[in-house]
Amino acid sequence: MKIKRKTQLDSEIPTASMPDIIFMLLIFFMVTTVLREYSGLPISLPKAKRIEKLKSKRHTAHIWVSKDGLISIEDKLYASDGIRHVMYEKRVADPQLVISLKADERAKMGLVSDIHTELRKADALKLNYSSKTAID
Amino acid sequence: MSQGKRRFRGGEIPTSSMADIAFLLLIFFLVTTTIDMDKGLGMVLPAEGEEIEINKKNILNCLINSSGSVLIGGEGVEVRNLSKTVRQKLAENDKLVISVKAHKAATYRDYVAVIDQLKRANATRISIAESN
Repeated sequence: MKIKRKTQLDSEIPTASMPDIIFMLLIFFMVTTVLREYSGLPISLPKAKRIEKLKSKRHTAHIWVSKDGLISIEDKLYASDGIRHVMYEKRVADPQLVISLKADERAKMGLVSDIHTELRKADALKLNYSSKTAID
Repeated sequence: MSQGKRRFRGGEIPTSSMADIAFLLLIFFLVTTTIDMDKGLGMVLPAEGEEIEINKKNILNCLINSSGSVLIGGEGVEVRNLSKTVRQKLAENDKLVISVKAHKAATYRDYVAVIDQLKRANATRISIAESN
């Protein structure tokens, strides 16, 4: 005996809510993309080949060092011995903190060395020398 | 001459193309957002007060002067050839710690170039001596 299908199902995908779904996606992307938070200082980064990517933006703190020896953290200028307190607070708030040192290639090593000392005092030991990819 | 009232046509906004418009916007945002990842040379600084005595023969001194010349183990080396020299020395002694010491007036560019060369030579034990 043949079984007859009783109801004829309407087999269409409803497209009326499609724009809403896509708008949701759009809004999600617009909200999650982090725009540059701090402008920093005008610098030209040095070039290097063996570079690694920083894992997460949320666990990164930037220190800008200009060629004239200005040090900027979150758009505030600091003297080299003032970094310790700022970085210590950041380190306490986030144990996974990685410091990204954005120093100009013409910056003097005396200053960079001072920053090293300060970071060691602040116990912020994971450092990343921000650099561009060298092509040769 | 009066034209009279126009005939009323159905006043509905066509929504069938809405999805396409939203898709275009979405694709536009996806394409234009550049996720500029920070890249750089990774380094772990030693903790404060964590000075370890190292056997003198396991230390390779690498000095950078103010004009960017590099002296490694007492010999002057071009920065380009540094990784080759270091690789040789590491092959001879795998316990080697490379101590990088830069002059106060040396530029950061030279320092990064040296660190990059050391990383290329797969040197994992790099120590940064304070410049003075």
